[in-house]
Amino acid sequence: MNDIVRAAVAAFVLLNAVILVVTYLTWVERKFAARLQSRIGPYRVGRPHGWLQPIADALKLMIKEDVVPSVADRPIYNLAPIVFLLPAFLIFATIPFAPGLGLADLNIGLLYFLAVSSLEIVGLFMGGWGSNNKYALLSAMRGVNQIISYEVPFILAALVPVLLAGSLRLSAIVEAQAGLWFIAYPVIGQLAFVAFTVATLASENRIPFDIVEAESELVAGFRVEYSGMKFALIQLAEYTHLFGVSCLGAILFLGGWLGPVLPGPVWFLLKAVLMFLLVIWVRWSFVRIRVDQILGISWKVLLPFTLILLMATGLWVALRGGGGVA
Amino acid sequence: MSEYLPVLIYLGMTVAFAVVSLGVAALLRPSRPGPDKLANYECGAEPIGQAWIQFPVGFYLVALVFIVFDALAVFLFPWALALRPLGLTAFVPMLVFLLIIALGWLYAYREGILEWK
Repeated sequence: MNDIVRAAVAAFVLLNAVILVVTYLTWVERKFAARLQSRIGPYRVGRPHGWLQPIADALKLMIKEDVVPSVADRPIYNLAPIVFLLPAFLIFATIPFAPGLGLADLNIGLLYFLAVSSLEIVGLFMGGWGSNNKYALLSAMRGVNQIISYEVPFILAALVPVLLAGSLRLSAIVEAQAGLWFIAYPVIGQLAFVAFTVATLASENRIPFDIVEAESELVAGFRVEYSGMKFALIQLAEYTHLFGVSCLGAILFLGGWLGPVLPGPVWFLLKAVLMFLLVIWVRWSFVRIRVDQILGISWKVLLPFTLILLMATGLWVALRGGGGVA
Repeated sequence: MSEYLPVLIYLGMTVAFAVVSLGVAALLRPSRPGPDKLANYECGAEPIGQAWIQFPVGFYLVALVFIVFDALAVFLFPWALALRPLGLTAFVPMLVFLLIIALGWLYAYREGILEWK
């Protein structure tokens, strides 16, 4: 009974912390993007610097009318935002923010993360299909196509730190980096990090891989028919998922909570936000590429590249046997 | 299995969050539907027919190739854990296995399946 209460409190705290951080990350993105374009960004709602803007946005979306197209497949249409939201939040369940500070430090942490995070395409496709809108369905088809294409390089790149650390437990992967963060691991680390980042951009549908959204051709992609709170949930899920993958990147390559002076959770948050800003930076700096180029990069370049990288890492680990890292 | 109990509770709370926020919004928001408002959005033009039409086969070919490599990933997870204790005994069979998969990849490449048409 005591266990259940403790777990419930931890789950409640985690859920609210994730919602709070992600809500403010939307503000961070808008400020960051504005600065990249020599604008100021949100300013008037809450001085200084519009810090109440995310709250105002959430309230506004909450009292907006909910329009369900008359031709939509109602059950699927209404369920899609929830199905899209669940995996985005569930991936945080296994993330260790500091030693012992996490909801559940599963021994198959990375496998759980990858399995749950790829479930988001179910919600995405339900949204596109349920809307019965040509833009939405086309966007959903492209989205599934692209996300599964980059799923394989993503898994392979994420397995490189697993090989180096010899564990799927995320906290063990962080501890294995006590001597040297995996991004600093000679050659292997940098190549794996680049592959991981490219696959992250693609599986989060961010520019240069945002043909799913593609404002100028598909208006808003699979969420074009959504409004009000359902739209808010979809947006929240998207940012939450991106932040979850940023956290994974911070754990796998940037040494998680490790760092001098500052306490562990602060380091973790800094690194996760750094990963997040990296994605945003690329998003606001590059142009969109074509669908055939996107698939070509995945299947012809990134897949063989990550496979060879993984096997090279495997050979290195196998030859060195049970020794520690670096 | 007790490790997964917090995850289950967390799942329940996330569902509750989604349902409650949608429910509260349903109580707060106005509802003034009309035929034009409920029409599908297609940049102002009248939508012609349903969206549920046939799609190019290319999407399904990508999915088929994906299945192969996703199954490969399933084998890679236990292998990655066993590699350190087993050393080359684990490395060589996986290399052979991957070379066979690579032949399949090469075939798909030559057949033009990896090209987007």
